[in-house]
Amino acid sequence: MGQDIFEIAVNVTKLIIIFVMMVQLVPLLVWVERRGSAYIQNRFGPNRIGPLGLTQLLADAVKFAFKEEFLPTKARRFIFYAAPVIALVPGALAFGSIPLSIPIAIEPFQMMGETWGPYLFKFQSFEIGIGIVFVLGVSSLGGYALLLAGWGSENKFAMLGALRACAQMISYELALGLSLVGVLMLYQTFHFADMITAQMGPLMLFGSEIPFLPAWGVFYQPLGALIFFCAAFAETNRLPFDLPEAEGELVAGFHTEYSGFKMNLFYIGEYGHMMVASALFTAMYLGGYDIPGVQDDVAMVSQMIAGLGLSTNMVSVLTALAMHVVFFTKVLLLLWVFVWVRWTLPRFRYDQLMDLGWKTMLPWALANVIITAVVVAVMGMS
Amino acid sequence: MMSLVGVLVLFAFVLVFGAGLLAAVAFLGPKPKESSVKNETYECGLPEQLTGHSKMPIKFYLTAILFILFDIEIIFMYPWAISMGDFIDSGNGAYILGAMGFFLLIFIYGLFWEIKSKALEWD
Repeated sequence: MGQDIFEIAVNVTKLIIIFVMMVQLVPLLVWVERRGSAYIQNRFGPNRIGPLGLTQLLADAVKFAFKEEFLPTKARRFIFYAAPVIALVPGALAFGSIPLSIPIAIEPFQMMGETWGPYLFKFQSFEIGIGIVFVLGVSSLGGYALLLAGWGSENKFAMLGALRACAQMISYELALGLSLVGVLMLYQTFHFADMITAQMGPLMLFGSEIPFLPAWGVFYQPLGALIFFCAAFAETNRLPFDLPEAEGELVAGFHTEYSGFKMNLFYIGEYGHMMVASALFTAMYLGGYDIPGVQDDVAMVSQMIAGLGLSTNMVSVLTALAMHVVFFTKVLLLLWVFVWVRWTLPRFRYDQLMDLGWKTMLPWALANVIITAVVVAVMGMS
Repeated sequence: MMSLVGVLVLFAFVLVFGAGLLAAVAFLGPKPKESSVKNETYECGLPEQLTGHSKMPIKFYLTAILFILFDIEIIFMYPWAISMGDFIDSGNGAYILGAMGFFLLIFIYGLFWEIKSKALEWD
């Protein structure tokens, strides 16, 4: 994890901070979701506790913590308790491997009578060589948490909900995986950081520059981006694809028997999945931490910060933080789209959902692969 | 190799975090008496009819098998997509397109055969 004790300490702290940040964002997103739904449906939403109802989330957390621990007699104890813990894993691991900003370069410095450095800290929990493949592999582990929850509950509603959820997740994973092939052909790399670098600068189409538009993946891969985004909704079990939790048919789906903090852990897992999907979309299609319309934005930001007269190391840290703000603004906007869609569109019927995944999105994703391959080959050979 | 250590550390931390939270909550919450009625499997208040392990539609099993086939085929496209640039640069663009075209032909034939044989119909 590092050459010396300082680097190891920083890397471990970074790992934990990113995970805790992700968990802390969940109550905030729940608040956005509730206020947003109220706004869309012309209601007030939670507005009693604190300004704008913001401390409602704190009150909820306290309530969750002091709930009774409940285990149905027939449930399988170990599986029942393991499922919510496992639900946390895919979101955390996948989010950890996405670069949230530019790396921080630290020059040698003096501390406790010794010289430390130089270091290069990546703004992500860990960098995996196979980037996208790792994220896809880890996030499909989410199916296990749902299946274990359904199996361990020994309840027909929970089991049916889990089966539906799993069938839906794997069906849409095909379209999701295929839509990424176009991105890989375009950038010729598995690394997110290289993809983001490739998306900087103005949009070039057929050898001519198109003004005012950045070279984001969404302009080169519009169909792929659309398929990826729709499949991401299905992967996260959100409306209009939230069949696993169809209240009218299945009570509450796979978490029928769960209450209190155990249910909360499933929510953290679901919102974690949403964050991963948004961060992936940002990194691959929306230029990551690229500021649209600005040439050499990283150099510009670091020059602006260097103008404040700080040390080189501070400039590097602050630049990374500034770029992180850009990245996160895009992620938050996408998360708002998740909320927006949830309260706008009604739910599909189950056969319609499977038809959409297998008979519509999969063929279109294939078409996207073929078109991209031919265009890339023709442009490369000419 | 080094980055995999980070994955393991985070994995362990997440498990400890989740299990610790569950343990803390079990310790904090009230502990009312258990009753056989309250701890029953939830079935909207009626006596339990079926457990979670009764018969399940075979459709889900079929979907899972089809998924495995297609997912493996899709994974084959990843290294192909990555190495496409090298082949085009060395003048073998037509070869790599044709090779994947043949593979895709089988893939598409399989998909439409599946649709035609009603393996994906839900009733």
